[in-house]
Amino acid sequence: MYTNEEMLASIKKVEANRAANAALEPERMTAEQKDEVLKTYHPDYIESEFEELKIGPNKGEKVPHQLADLLQANSRIDPSKIDLDNPKYDVDVLIIGGGGAGSSAAIEAHNGGANVMIVTKLRIGDANTMMAEGGIQAADKPNDSPAIHYVDVYGGGHFKGKHELVAKLVNDAPDCIKWLNELGVEFDKEPDGTMVTTHGGGTSRKRMHACKDYSGAEIMKTLRDEVLNRQIPVVDFTAAVELILDDQGKAAGAVLMNMETKEIMVAKAKTVIIATGGAGRLHYQGFPTSNHYGATADGLVLAYRAGAKLLYADSLQYHPTGAAFPEQIFGALVTEKVRSLGAKLVNVDGEVFMHPLETRDICASSIIRECKARGKGISTGDGEGIWLDTPMIELKNGEGTIEKRIPAMLRMFMEYGIDIRKEPILIYPTLHYQNGGIDISVDGMSGIENLYVAGEAVGGIHGRNRLMGNSLLDVIVFGRNAGRSVAAKYKDVTVGKLTLDHVNKFAEEQKAAGIVTDIVSPKLLPDYARKAN
Amino acid sequence: MENMVNIYLFGKQYSVPASLTIMKAMEYAGYQLVRGCGCRNGFCGACATIYRIKGEQELKTCLACQTQVQDNMYIATLPFFPLIKQIYDINNIPTTQAVMMQLYPEIYACVGCNACTKACTQKLNVMQYIAYAQRGEFEKCAEESFDCVMCGVCSSRCPAGISHPQVGMLARRINGKYLQPKTQHLEDRVKEINNGDFKAFLDELMAMSDEQMQEKYNNRDIEK
Repeated sequence: MYTNEEMLASIKKVEANRAANAALEPERMTAEQKDEVLKTYHPDYIESEFEELKIGPNKGEKVPHQLADLLQANSRIDPSKIDLDNPKYDVDVLIIGGGGAGSSAAIEAHNGGANVMIVTKLRIGDANTMMAEGGIQAADKPNDSPAIHYVDVYGGGHFKGKHELVAKLVNDAPDCIKWLNELGVEFDKEPDGTMVTTHGGGTSRKRMHACKDYSGAEIMKTLRDEVLNRQIPVVDFTAAVELILDDQGKAAGAVLMNMETKEIMVAKAKTVIIATGGAGRLHYQGFPTSNHYGATADGLVLAYRAGAKLLYADSLQYHPTGAAFPEQIFGALVTEKVRSLGAKLVNVDGEVFMHPLETRDICASSIIRECKARGKGISTGDGEGIWLDTPMIELKNGEGTIEKRIPAMLRMFMEYGIDIRKEPILIYPTLHYQNGGIDISVDGMSGIENLYVAGEAVGGIHGRNRLMGNSLLDVIVFGRNAGRSVAAKYKDVTVGKLTLDHVNKFAEEQKAAGIVTDIVSPKLLPDYARKAN
Repeated sequence: MENMVNIYLFGKQYSVPASLTIMKAMEYAGYQLVRGCGCRNGFCGACATIYRIKGEQELKTCLACQTQVQDNMYIATLPFFPLIKQIYDINNIPTTQAVMMQLYPEIYACVGCNACTKACTQKLNVMQYIAYAQRGEFEKCAEESFDCVMCGVCSSRCPAGISHPQVGMLARRINGKYLQPKTQHLEDRVKEINNGDFKAFLDELMAMSDEQMQEKYNNRDIEK
C-alpha cells in the first residue's frame, strides 16, 4: 500500500500520462548511446570495485573484491586429514548441484547408462532455476531461426560470447523445448498448440516461451520429479568443499561435507559435473539480489583451486527490475515479462525515459542514470526507484491479462496491499546473474580432464551480457550436453590414485604471493545472522 | 527508534523490528539458517511455517520469506514434511483416472474437511484440485494446482494422509505431456535442425569478423 505523500503525488502523474505513455513507441538507443550509458553507469565499469587476482589460473585478471577474497581464500579442509582410500561413494558421474543444469545432466547421464549421483548443499530444486519467471528462448516459429537467435545472443553479449557455445545454445534450443514438453512441462499454448511467445529485452523475434510467470518453477519441479522417478540418488544438505584429482591431474571426485553435522565424506567418481549456479548472494557492490540462498559461487572456487580457468569472471548482470518497495521484498525479481507484456519504465514526473526492451545491462544503466544523474527517481525511504507502470498491461491486452500471465507478480505485491493491476510498482536494479564462470569447450569440459561444467557456473555462453530467457535455456542445453558427454566418456575412464595435492599447492602459492587471510571457501551460505554485538 | 514487536520462535521470545519478514526476523534473532530457507522469494516452498497469534484460536500457515511478523506471533517452522512421492514412468502410464487409483488411491478417502485449502500458503483451492484429480480431470487439476510450491503444509493438515502436492505434480505432467495440444511448428523446427538446414547459416555467422557482426546486429530487423 502506498501511503507516502511524494509517492502518491508521483502516481497521479503516472496515471495522468498512462494512456499517452502506453501508446508511445520509444526510440531505441544507437550503438554509441548504449556504449556511453554503459561506461558511465553500469556497475561493471566501476574500477574501484574490482581487483587483480594474485594467484591461480587467471592471475593478473580483474574480478570483484568479494570473489577475489573467496578465490584466494583458505581451504575448509586439511588434506592430510582426509582418508582418500576408503571413499563413502564411488560413482561414474558425480554431479555437484541440484538445480536445472544438474538435474538435466543427471537425467541424460542416466539415459546413457551411467551410475549417477547428485550432491547438493540444500535440497534438489533450491536453485535459481526455480526462481526464473519470464521464460525460455527458442527459435521455433516460422519467422525465426537459430541464426537470427545467434545474432541476438552474440550482439546482446557485446560480441564476446564463444562462437561454438553460442551456436550450440541456439541450435539445441528447439529440441530442449520439445524435450521439456515431453517430460510434461506445461508451456503456454494457443488452443491449436502454437506456443504463446513474447519479446524479451534485446530479442529481434518473439521467441520467449513461458509457463505463466512460473516458467523456471514449472521446469524445475518437472525435472526434479523425473530425477526422483529414476531413483537417481540425491544426497541433500551435503556440500562439495574440495575437488579431488587423481595422480594424472584428472578430476576424480570431491570431498563432501554434511551441512548440518559437518561430517566429512569422500566421493570418488570417474567424471564430475559442476552445476553449482551463480553468485548473487555475494552481494557485489552492496546490491540486493534476486538469487536463491545458496548462490555463492562455490563451483568457481572449487574449480579454480584445482586449476581450471575462468572466463569473464568480472562480468555480472544487474536485472533492471528488482523490487525497490516495499522493503520486505527489496531486491526480489520483477520478471522482464512485465515489460514484454507492455509495461513501461516511468520516472517521478510520469515520463517514459527509454525503450523498455533494451538489453538488461543498458536498461539497468539507464535506470541508474535516471535516478543518480538526472534526479528523476522516486524516494523509497532507504533508497530510490523508478515506476514500472503495470496497469498499462491491461490497458493494452485487456482485463484479466495480469492474473493469467503473471500471477506470481500479482501475488507477491498483493501480500503488501499493492494491486499491480491498478497501481504501478517501484523497481531498481538487483544483482541477478553471473555472466562469467568456468571456461569450457563445446562438450562441456573445463580445462581439467573429466571435470565438466553446466549452467550458470559456465562462462562464455552469453559474452558479457545475457538476454532474458537464455539462462533457463542454457541450463537445459548445457546440462543435457554435459550429461551426454560424461555418459560417452565414463566407460573409458580409469581413475588413478586420488590426491588433494592441488590444495596444498594452492596454499603454497597463496603464501608465496603474501596472501594472509582467515577467510575460508567455498562460502556455501551467506551469513545473515545478526551478531549480538 | 525502530518499531519493534515480540515474537516467539519455537516458544522463545525475541524482540524484532516490525517491518521484517519471519525469515529475516529469525536471522535478526541470530539464527544462521540451513534448513527452512531456499529461494527467499516465494517460489521453492522451503520455508513453510505455522503460527498462531497469542489469544487467537486459529492456527495459520505461511511461507516465512513472504510474511511479515506481527506482535505476539508464535512461530514454528516446518522445514520438511514427509510427503509420499510415488515412482512412475511418465512414458508408460495411463492418462485417465486409473492412474490416480493406482498411484494415489488415498485421495478417494478425502473427507471434504477443506483443511488443505485453508492451510495453503499460496491460497490455492487445494481440495478442489484433489476433487478434479479424483475424477481424472487432469487439465483442471493442473490449472488449479499450477502455482503450488510443494511446501507440504496442506498435507500436514490432512486427516486422510493425502500428499496433495505430488498429486498435482502428476496431473500437471500428464497434462503437459499428453493432454495439451501438440505444437506443430516445434516439431517442424526440430526436424529442420536435425536435417542440418541451419548449419550453413550458423557456420557463416561464426566465421564473421566482429565488425561484420556489429553491422549485422545494429541493423537487424526487430519484429513489432
